[in-house]
Amino acid sequence: MSEHEHDPHSGHSHAERPPRPASALETRVRALEALLTEKGYIDPAALDVLIDAYQTKIGPRNGARVVARAWCDAEFRRWLLTDATAAIASMGFTGRQAEHMVAVENTPQVHNLVVCTLCSCYPWAVLGLPPTWYKSAPYRARAVKDPRGVLREFGVELPDTIHIRIWDSTAEVRYLVLPQRPSGTEHLSEKELANLVTRDSMIGTGLVGSAADMAGSATGMADSVDSAP
Amino acid sequence: MSYHSNADLGGQNVPGTIVPEPEGELFHAPWEPRVMALVVAMGPTGLSNIDMNRSVRETLPNYRDLSYYEIWLAALEKLLLQKGVLGDAPPAPKQVLRADLVAAVIGKGSPASRPPVGPARYALKERVRTVAAQPEHHTRLPAYARGKVGVVERVHGAHVFPDTNSQGLGESPQWLYTVAFDEKELWGAQEPLQHSTISVDAFEPYLEPA
Repeated sequence: MSEHEHDPHSGHSHAERPPRPASALETRVRALEALLTEKGYIDPAALDVLIDAYQTKIGPRNGARVVARAWCDAEFRRWLLTDATAAIASMGFTGRQAEHMVAVENTPQVHNLVVCTLCSCYPWAVLGLPPTWYKSAPYRARAVKDPRGVLREFGVELPDTIHIRIWDSTAEVRYLVLPQRPSGTEHLSEKELANLVTRDSMIGTGLVGSAADMAGSATGMADSVDSAP
Repeated sequence: MSYHSNADLGGQNVPGTIVPEPEGELFHAPWEPRVMALVVAMGPTGLSNIDMNRSVRETLPNYRDLSYYEIWLAALEKLLLQKGVLGDAPPAPKQVLRADLVAAVIGKGSPASRPPVGPARYALKERVRTVAAQPEHHTRLPAYARGKVGVVERVHGAHVFPDTNSQGLGESPQWLYTVAFDEKELWGAQEPLQHSTISVDAFEPYLEPA
């Protein structure tokens, strides 16, 4: 990195810091892509397909469908909790960053929270690309030591009677939280339930609200992702 | 020269707040998706493996000053230099990820499980102590969980061992366990009590009988 790019705000978290001039980074990335294409390592058309896949096909709506099925189908729930890799694969979600899945269930006594303190390990096949905060230093540093403080930053306050179980993804095992099904949702279909499930609830930094709570933003987003080509 | 990871953040005092982000917000600059895709597309070339990539990233001297995709970019540049891609005799790619192969390659993934070379040394519910020494190479036992007593909660089978794989010394598969620790074992009697249990996924060489 050259001198003029030195960041005077390095004490701040990644999420807060103003980005470096885009032009310098754009140029660097374009040069790298051109070089790797010329040397025969990559096919630029494959990059377009990869980006499209993670923008329109592989995201948290996949995980939400897994959760909704587990809520509706006791047999599937048991399978998910004993062999998550196979249960999730049966719904067509396989491969990269979900080769070895474990599903962990929230109960009235236990709340699960997932982190990767060493890098950014995340179950891509069911949740897509990790959000910025999941990769950020403050989350990775604090989730293991101050989980209740972290949850508070997400607006989640849990009573001390609920034990917090933190899973640090330090190897190639990837964790999916099976959130609790909200009360008052008995009448909803599997598809409607999936629309209630947020990404954060499957990481453990959120809870699934009732249908009334969710009438706003998250449901709208779920619909738009569902209908993507 | 001693090995130091700048990425081992668990339990450290890190300034800054956690900023929640809406689900659809995947990238924050047009170059970020290109870097993500470049790194994924370089996988099939066989130029490096996931453990080498992590080692290259965590040893970037300015790791903590970079955003996540800046880390990926800087590490890819460093790796290409290390592997001689810019030289006169660049190594031949094992496979080039063509556009029509993307869906199949993503869907297949790269499982880390391998046939075990021997029986597992530890059993479910067994008490174990993690090794205290900090190795002079890439490893996946976080500093906060070194020299601590925990309980084996899950046995995952044998997986590729990052400590050797990251150094190009082979996969050397090892048994992998989920080891759970009481918060007081890791942090002492901190206030306020969190009422929490923390687990790591630990390879057999990271463990000793307790």
